[in-house]
Amino acid sequence: MVRYVANKLFYMLVSLFILISATFFLMKVIPGDPFMSEKSVPPEIQARLMEQYGLDKPIYQQYFKYLGDIATGDFGISMKHQDQEVSDIIKETFSASLKLGLCAIVVSVIVGIFLGMLAALYHRKLIDNVAMVLAVLGIAVPSFVLASLIQFIFAEKLGWFHVMGFDSPLDYVLPVAALSAQPIAFIARLTRSSMLEVLHADYIKTAKAKGLNWFTIMYRHVIRNGILPVVTYIGPMTANIITGSVVIEQIFGIGGIGKVFVDCITNRDYTMIMGVTIFYGVLLMSARFITDIVYMLVDPRIKLTGGKEG
Amino acid sequence: MRKRKSLLTLLTMLLVVGTVLAGCGSKSDGGNGSKQNTAAAKDQVLHINLSAEPPTFDPALAQDSQAHTVLNMMYEGLVRLDENSQPVPGVAEKWDISSDGLKYVFHLRKDAKWSNGDPVTAKDFVFAWQRVLDPNTVPAPPYAYQLYYIKGAEDYNTKKTTDFSQVGVKATDDYTLEVTLNNPTPYFLGLTSFYTFYPVHQSVKDNPKWAADPKTMITNGPFTMTTWTTGQKIEVDKNPNYWDNKDIKLNKISMSLSNSGATELSSYRSGQLDYAGMPNGEIPTDQIPAIKKEMPDELTMNPVGSIYYYQFNTTAKPFDNAKIRKAFAMSINRQEIVDKVTQGGERPAFGMVPPGIAGAKDEFRTEHKDDYFQENVDEAKKLLQEGMKEEGYTTLPPVKLIYNSSEKHKKIALAVADMWKKNLGVDVQTENQEWGVFLKNRKSLNYQIARAGWNPDYNDPMTFFDLWTSKSGNNDVGFKNKEYDALVNDAFTSADNNKRMDDFAKAETLLVKDQQVLMPIYYYTSVSLQKPNLKGVVKDYAGGVDFTRAYFE
Repeated sequence: MVRYVANKLFYMLVSLFILISATFFLMKVIPGDPFMSEKSVPPEIQARLMEQYGLDKPIYQQYFKYLGDIATGDFGISMKHQDQEVSDIIKETFSASLKLGLCAIVVSVIVGIFLGMLAALYHRKLIDNVAMVLAVLGIAVPSFVLASLIQFIFAEKLGWFHVMGFDSPLDYVLPVAALSAQPIAFIARLTRSSMLEVLHADYIKTAKAKGLNWFTIMYRHVIRNGILPVVTYIGPMTANIITGSVVIEQIFGIGGIGKVFVDCITNRDYTMIMGVTIFYGVLLMSARFITDIVYMLVDPRIKLTGGKEG
Repeated sequence: MRKRKSLLTLLTMLLVVGTVLAGCGSKSDGGNGSKQNTAAAKDQVLHINLSAEPPTFDPALAQDSQAHTVLNMMYEGLVRLDENSQPVPGVAEKWDISSDGLKYVFHLRKDAKWSNGDPVTAKDFVFAWQRVLDPNTVPAPPYAYQLYYIKGAEDYNTKKTTDFSQVGVKATDDYTLEVTLNNPTPYFLGLTSFYTFYPVHQSVKDNPKWAADPKTMITNGPFTMTTWTTGQKIEVDKNPNYWDNKDIKLNKISMSLSNSGATELSSYRSGQLDYAGMPNGEIPTDQIPAIKKEMPDELTMNPVGSIYYYQFNTTAKPFDNAKIRKAFAMSINRQEIVDKVTQGGERPAFGMVPPGIAGAKDEFRTEHKDDYFQENVDEAKKLLQEGMKEEGYTTLPPVKLIYNSSEKHKKIALAVADMWKKNLGVDVQTENQEWGVFLKNRKSLNYQIARAGWNPDYNDPMTFFDLWTSKSGNNDVGFKNKEYDALVNDAFTSADNNKRMDDFAKAETLLVKDQQVLMPIYYYTSVSLQKPNLKGVVKDYAGGVDFTRAYFE
């Protein structure tokens, strides 16, 4: 077990290093610089800016200096928002994305699993059909269409919610709905099919034959086994949702990290690009890592083999 | 069979719910609006949107229109611009200008205060301007060159001298500021209303991060910043220490930060915003016809001093030939572009200086008509043939038009290319490029025809002409003309405004009529929506907006 974890951590570090290096050099290859504008500033001022940010030095020197800086935890100052630290911007905007994302995840998991279970238990009945039609819609309708639609109906026309902003709890409703539609649909379908499989498995028949009551069967056997594929999906989904959805943030005017990521590339805000990339990298890798561990804890088969090795 | 029935039930349910919801909508809509109006008049809180977060709130570092809008609320320069874009007293109560136009003496009002109660003195201006010009300021203020009109400023900024006493800015006492210029610059007074010229509280030298936190921003304008959530929201409150606070009626201005024009418009329609559109956002062009029908009284489309044009690379084939350039410029229908594509009431352009820019007495454009060329397809065809003959072409080399990625630029480019195809029989390829790539290609003359636009830095035609001199860093068309350089230089050094305007007219003739280096398309308008009970919003010649004296009725 320990060896397994150490191994994973080591590979994460290696991937991170490759990610940093590749991003750094690719970013420098794109034409332009953080100080470009349609109205060009006098060459002396441009040169001074490049010098102050160390951009006049050869790229390999910039690269090693950057590696040194991040080793000490210094992500530098944004080159576009010149008064602000990269880490502060990430902290502030990520907290918005995180709040929104966590709500969306909780809603997706609860509603998704609930719908999926209902559908499985009432297989081929009305509830099943309704749930699955909703699921197909949820997967098929792109989130920006759904977001614009609910924004138009519930905010612009009905005035129940604000069109944009992120101040009151009510402001969460529409973006969370738009963000979670797809995961809900996906989770519902996953839960339904895996539960159907489990319900027809031999050990459930055995359990029934033993005379266990319905609740115990559901809780001890059906849910625990049926939920496995969902756990696998939750990891990447979490990472995906909390890294911020550019589209949703844009439509609802939310200052999340997704917007920052897109803007910093357009602006050639080098320090910001690197900061957000590393942040995303660590986040995604951790999410996968945690998924692996959780999977081990939930799935008895994996635990067994894992136990033998460690 | 059963499956189909339940599907039908579901659909019916959806339809019913939808209808009910839509019904509620139209009812609550009207009620909402009027409630909002009275509430707004009582609270005097203005809600606007900025399509991008200002990169900085340090006047020395600012360089975009978003920062302009916010800094204008928080700071006040020596003068400010009134509703006719004329300089009126700001921190300076009155001023004397020497007869040669070189020396300005500003008399500052004694009741001007910083938001912490300190008096605003002439020394604060000297401090702020020195900070902008100091080559050791980190990061380097990009707009330092806006101060180059001041004697010795450029030398100090480019390290030719390290002695600030050589620069023509002096505080002779706490309330008198003396400024000496290199050349008589008729627009200098108006320029002191620009953010690079704002005073800055001297405490900032001890705190390099002062502009990152509203708590450490000490400002001297009508409003002070109270809330700033990165990427989310900015709020400014009325500043009780502002000398003219009796004329400030708004208690608060709340700014949301959405970069989506559709969201901004939707927010405006729902009553969440009181103002939408230029200069801090853009109303989607495809929505304009609907808005014209739906709320014609709230829509304004005023002309502003900016121009949209295409430029020819005069060093690239086939546009190294003036006749071919003329043929291209003459063979499009500008009216059709503004009527059918941009739809914002723009005016077709046949010159480079937009209406609204000051001339000798009236506007430059009224004094000198922009009749440098005409749209004429037959003439264009003839010129194209002549040009091709001069260059020895039997067929024109392939032509490509580049523009930076944007829905509007794309629509215009496609329309123009289509007109060239129809009128000249020339196939022009259009290509969109990412902003950074586009700028680099344009600056390194790696293009044939490129989209461009220019908005003024100050209210004088000079801002449209000095960029095409041989030495200008903005000259990205390969145009080098001694006569042109001489005209611009003459206008730069002359104190006689009539003569200056004549110089500009001659320069414009050279640039547009004789050489047709540029192909003007239209003069911009500022398209915006404003709630009927919101009054006192002022827009300047460049489209910049001043909300400080706005109020709700």
